Amino acid sequence: MIRLRDAALAYGDRTLWRGLDLDVAAGEFVVVLGPNGSGKTSLIRVLLGLQRLTAGTVAVHGRPPRRGSDLIGYVPQHRTVVPHTPLRARDLVRLGIDGHRWGPRRSRPEARRRVAAVLRDVGAAEFADVPLELLSGGELQRVRVAQALATDPRILLCDEPLLSLDAEHQRIVAELADRRRREHGTAVVFVTHVTGARDADPVLPLADRVLDLGRLGGVRAGGVRAGEVRAGEIQAGAA
Amino acid sequence: MSWAGIWGEIFNFEDYGALLGLVRNSLVAGAVLGLVGGLAGTFVVMRDLAFAVHGIAELSFAGAAAALLLGTGVAGGSIAGALLAAALIGVLGARARDRGSVIGVLMPFGLGLGVLFLSLYKGRSANKFGLLTGQIVAIDTPALSWLLVTSAIVLACLAVMWRPLAFASLDPEAAAARGVPVRALSPVFMLVLGLAVAVSVQIVGALLVLALLCTPAAAAVRVTASPVLVPLLSTVFATVSVVGGILLSLGSSIPISPYVTTISFALYGACRAAGAIRARRGWTARPGAAGRQTVPT
Repeated sequence: MIRLRDAALAYGDRTLWRGLDLDVAAGEFVVVLGPNGSGKTSLIRVLLGLQRLTAGTVAVHGRPPRRGSDLIGYVPQHRTVVPHTPLRARDLVRLGIDGHRWGPRRSRPEARRRVAAVLRDVGAAEFADVPLELLSGGELQRVRVAQALATDPRILLCDEPLLSLDAEHQRIVAELADRRRREHGTAVVFVTHVTGARDADPVLPLADRVLDLGRLGGVRAGGVRAGEVRAGEIQAGAA
Repeated sequence: MSWAGIWGEIFNFEDYGALLGLVRNSLVAGAVLGLVGGLAGTFVVMRDLAFAVHGIAELSFAGAAAALLLGTGVAGGSIAGALLAAALIGVLGARARDRGSVIGVLMPFGLGLGVLFLSLYKGRSANKFGLLTGQIVAIDTPALSWLLVTSAIVLACLAVMWRPLAFASLDPEAAAARGVPVRALSPVFMLVLGLAVAVSVQIVGALLVLALLCTPAAAAVRVTASPVLVPLLSTVFATVSVVGGILLSLGSSIPISPYVTTISFALYGACRAAGAIRARRGWTARPGAAGRQTVPT
């Protein structure tokens, strides 16, 4: 699904990571860790086709990443909605299907059905018609997961979607991503910030592998390859 | 002046039929303006751009005043001023945090220039006052064509970019991930908004554009969150305000702007009240939650 080879990313002379080899297979759950500024979000942006690698190659579904691909679903960080935004939960999900298209919207019953179906999948059907600003942070993130799944993607990229959620909702949102890959074989790349005890973290137990971009720090100078990491272990393995 | 006298100044419906024929152009202009203001206003509210609208209006006023002084057509002047302001705000205030101060810097400068040009202008003083407070009743056919063409451009641009713009306004990261050119869209919308402000300035005056570009949409979002109903209601409110304002002001000697702003404010007040009642009755209620709440205690 995802294949990075000897990938490097630098802003000016500041290298975030280099020598990164990463393969993510269908149905795999990869957790990306690292302190602020270690390039976690940038990695997601590379996979979305919004950012170019400084060196190395990246392939998503066998091809260079392309902006706005239907094959990729993206769940952003939680951010509050501007008061009185004229959109309901249902409309936010609909934007995930055709929000990028120009011109007036044509009525498409199958798109409406799809919206209702993904909302049901994430347990958001009961607040489908509630204005976005009236949703709690956890409810809003559930709806954002639904938006990301609206195009039935093969890859789900989550950029710290648990930030500022309570423990209960962190667990719910993380499990939504986990269920998706179990039931649909969607590959999941989940960027997160481990705070507090690692055994209490809602995401780490779900991970097949963990990529710790912070640990790459030591690796960076020597240019040693980082990549394959075994289940549950938090380390930047060297190949 | 007695109360009756004042009332007669404000509301006077003598010879109404004959007057109506004279303001056909104005009514057309008012209806089109309602459409532009109501639709563009939806994004003014969504993107929190009310202050930007006011800033653009002041520079648009300066442009119109310069055109009045040079005798080159007020419409062109107000459009040039508005586009310049929109471009400056779009470039210098790309980040929301900078935008407020950039507008705060531009606005008094624009107003100052406008005052300078008007002081140098030796023509009819009604022309001067009109730029600030509106002059719709005086609209002639060439001015109407200008207005219609500019409005058509605004409406066409909005129709094309409606969905991506809504997406980018709500969730810039998710929109960018989905392939929306978020960074290009923001200044492009600013320019479209500049055009919308310019047409409004010519009709309701620089000081009152917010009554068309903010109030109707702000009223609509109080009573619904439907992405179809909000622009629709907002357009209806804006059109009712302008056309209603023209009809009420016909016989009187007062400019139309107080009528327009009062109707638009009254609609806003009514919507706020309706929204408050609705919120108390439980707009937030989900079917499941409501069921739980009805369990007797």
